[in-house]
Amino acid sequence: MLDGRSRVRRRAGLRLWLSGGWLMLAAGAALLAPWIAPHDPLAQDLFAGRMPPFWVQGADPLYWLGTDSLGRDVLSRLLHGARVAFAVALVAGLATAVLGAALGLLAGFYRGWVDMVVSRFIDIWMAFPPVLFAILLIAVMGPGLTSIIIAIVIIDWTRFARVVRAEAMGQGAMDYVASAQVAGRGRFSTLLVEILPNVLPTIVVLLTLEMGIAVIVEAILSFVNLSISTDQPTWGGMIAEGRTSIHQAWWVLVVPLVALFLTVLSFSQLGEGLKDRFDPVLR
Amino acid sequence: MLRRSLLRLASTLVTLLGVAVIVFVVIRVVPGNPIAMMLPPGATPEDELRLKALYGLDKSIAEQFFIWLGGVLRGDFGTSISTRQPVLGLVLGRLPATLELSVMALVLAVVWGGALALIGTRFRGGRTEAAVDVGNGMALSVPDFLWGLVLILLFGVLWPVFHISGRISPSLDLPFTTNFYLFESVLRLRFDLWADIVAHMFMPAVALALPLAAIIAQLLKQSLKETMHLDYVTLSRTKGYDETHVITRDALPNAVLPTLTLVGVQFTFLIGGTVIIERLFSYEGLGNMAIDAVINRDLPLIQGIVILFALIFTGVNLIVDLLYTVLNPRLRHA
Amino acid sequence: MSYLHIENLTVGLKGTGDRLLRGVSLSVDAGEVMGLVGESGAGKSMIGKAILGILPRSAEVLGGVIEMDGENLLALPPRLRRQRIGAKAALIPQDPLTALNPSRRIAPQITDRLVDILGWDKARARDRARESLAEVQIPDPDRVLRCYPHELSGGMRQRILIASAFAAEPKLIVADEPTTALDVTVQKQILRLIRDMQARHNTALLFVTHDLGVVAKICQKMTVLYGGMVLEQTDVRSFFKAPGHPYSAALLAATPRHDDPAASLTPVPDHVVQAVRAEVAAADRMQRHG
Repeated sequence: MLDGRSRVRRRAGLRLWLSGGWLMLAAGAALLAPWIAPHDPLAQDLFAGRMPPFWVQGADPLYWLGTDSLGRDVLSRLLHGARVAFAVALVAGLATAVLGAALGLLAGFYRGWVDMVVSRFIDIWMAFPPVLFAILLIAVMGPGLTSIIIAIVIIDWTRFARVVRAEAMGQGAMDYVASAQVAGRGRFSTLLVEILPNVLPTIVVLLTLEMGIAVIVEAILSFVNLSISTDQPTWGGMIAEGRTSIHQAWWVLVVPLVALFLTVLSFSQLGEGLKDRFDPVLR
Repeated sequence: MLRRSLLRLASTLVTLLGVAVIVFVVIRVVPGNPIAMMLPPGATPEDELRLKALYGLDKSIAEQFFIWLGGVLRGDFGTSISTRQPVLGLVLGRLPATLELSVMALVLAVVWGGALALIGTRFRGGRTEAAVDVGNGMALSVPDFLWGLVLILLFGVLWPVFHISGRISPSLDLPFTTNFYLFESVLRLRFDLWADIVAHMFMPAVALALPLAAIIAQLLKQSLKETMHLDYVTLSRTKGYDETHVITRDALPNAVLPTLTLVGVQFTFLIGGTVIIERLFSYEGLGNMAIDAVINRDLPLIQGIVILFALIFTGVNLIVDLLYTVLNPRLRHA
Repeated sequence: MSYLHIENLTVGLKGTGDRLLRGVSLSVDAGEVMGLVGESGAGKSMIGKAILGILPRSAEVLGGVIEMDGENLLALPPRLRRQRIGAKAALIPQDPLTALNPSRRIAPQITDRLVDILGWDKARARDRARESLAEVQIPDPDRVLRCYPHELSGGMRQRILIASAFAAEPKLIVADEPTTALDVTVQKQILRLIRDMQARHNTALLFVTHDLGVVAKICQKMTVLYGGMVLEQTDVRSFFKAPGHPYSAALLAATPRHDDPAASLTPVPDHVVQAVRAEVAAADRMQRHG
């Protein structure tokens, strides 16, 4: 038994290190993009269009990961695109977590009419196709980073609210809450001091997962050309361009796709790894 | 039983009404002016007002909503602004494509996920189960959109065995009277067409199916493994049955029920995923039409599509509830 | 030669040096009832599980012989062993509420072995199922055969499990605490039923229990176990007259008496437990060096 458990722990540890490592690397690249990007991501060079990446015959050593059909440097666009991806992940993820968790806590702890309203909204939200909803919201608010973040918060708050509500309900029924109340602690203070710390690990896990989802939503919106102005390179925008020239210049699709894939995978593995860490059964 | 069903139905109706209100309000604060785009150059402000009145856009949002709701109850979903055709006809014309794609993805997911769960249970505790778990983890970590792109690269470009765009090859003569191409091609015994349609649908269907397959595999395997510890399974072993027989006959029917409810919710996620997957594979279904409608600011069409999606989502959940009751002998007699 | 003969059976926990059964030997003949007695963890049900090939996945047979009908089961390939067990042995499980498959009707749960393993035709198997239910005094067998388990009471389900065990005319039955999960009033009826069925079918019966009172009622021979080791093997009459091992004596003193429930109970004293533990440890050392 002991042997099996430690093997699980070791595998979970490796998973945390690998995914955390990639995210640190990508976030660092995003932060330093203006200084480390070899070219201007928007500069077009029509004579150097569709140059392949360095490991393919005929590559230009100036463009490590090749160029797209307008001759823009793929590596520089990738690095600048990471800025958008991580900004959206961080801000949208946190904002969604705060709104969703707050509503979930209130509904699960106070019950009554608050719970009825929140639950009804969750039901309605569950009947929307989320991607369509996001596209609709962006169409309403107009493209831009702020619009994307607001759209993600509006669509995804239910992910937090659903889970946190159930947990808060479970915690609220436990003896320690009753004894805190007997000891004279107020309702709201009980919620903050007794319930929130116990629900926090769940919120952190969900937040990690939500960051991955935010990156994907941003990419999807860029893909349907609704994200940000064309002046700002994004992974989704690069993928959309790559999709159209897939037979002529596959690397324009492959490079951002690999970055997006690894980032989304890492967020999700990080979340799963944290879940195992927090799980009292494995701890 | 009846009381529960009625309550359930009422709650579903409230949800649908909520969806309608939210879409209606959201799209009416769209800053872009759909009417302006329809006007020919040199149109006067009077022309614009007349056009607005024609589409009812000059009234208050509440008024517009009740007019629209009254129409819906009579089966009239309004007229599309961009195509000037009735919304209901447009939407119903595209619905079969999306339904066929979703159902194909569901079938793939159930078969693939079920097979993985059975294999993982049969060889539990070994390398095979570990491999199944790793595969599931990967499939779950990455959404359908990315799987679609990976599939396009692998089987559309590197090893082009499937079509990556459209629903059917445009050069083919289509003898169809309905839009259920896949279904009708089988009925008409046109297996050449059927093969072409499947070659188009397969990639988007696999992309949609992968995450669901992984969820089914994971839940069902968990549930199977729990069931394998139960006394009736042990008793079955002492009767002389081998492991495979015990898993499929004794454990499976009892392990399916807890999986079923969750699969219902997940299937609605799959249907929601068709929106972007159809776009990715240029598949002419509802989702693709929805994105065009948003880009064209075609308000009546957007409303119609969203309501239809909501109807499908809630309908799926109702069906799953019903299935659960039918499949569970304990509830069936209650 | 006895119908079931176990020689030096050793079962261990996989991947550790721990042993759950330490060289158990016993024999049961047709028409005989052998009680396997001990506290929980003594390994008494592990013996039945090893015979029937249903050890938990964490356990494995390390050595010994399980001979049934003159054939060493442990030497057979797994497939053949399963079929032999299915054809010649049966289990009466502990908990009637969990031992029937909730999603299958009663009839196929009795007839499946007859048709699939013994190769009977369906009509004959159905007739046999009906007879078996009648034999365990279930009224209206035809209706019961069509029921799902949840429609029947616990006592009824235990009768069905007994009928199912005897339906294939096995020569050996393992009963794993078959009355523990039942009401006291039902217990007596079920015990009598098992004894009657066993006598009528001339079956060899291994009766696993922690209850010496039950042993006195139903068994002819008994084996007392501690820590997976046989402490004493004797016939029931002489056991109750004079237990042969100090631990057995203490166990007997710790058993509530059915004729006089008010009589004071003495738990197994510490020094007896320590002595028997030392005995198990000594046997382990012997085995390691020998």
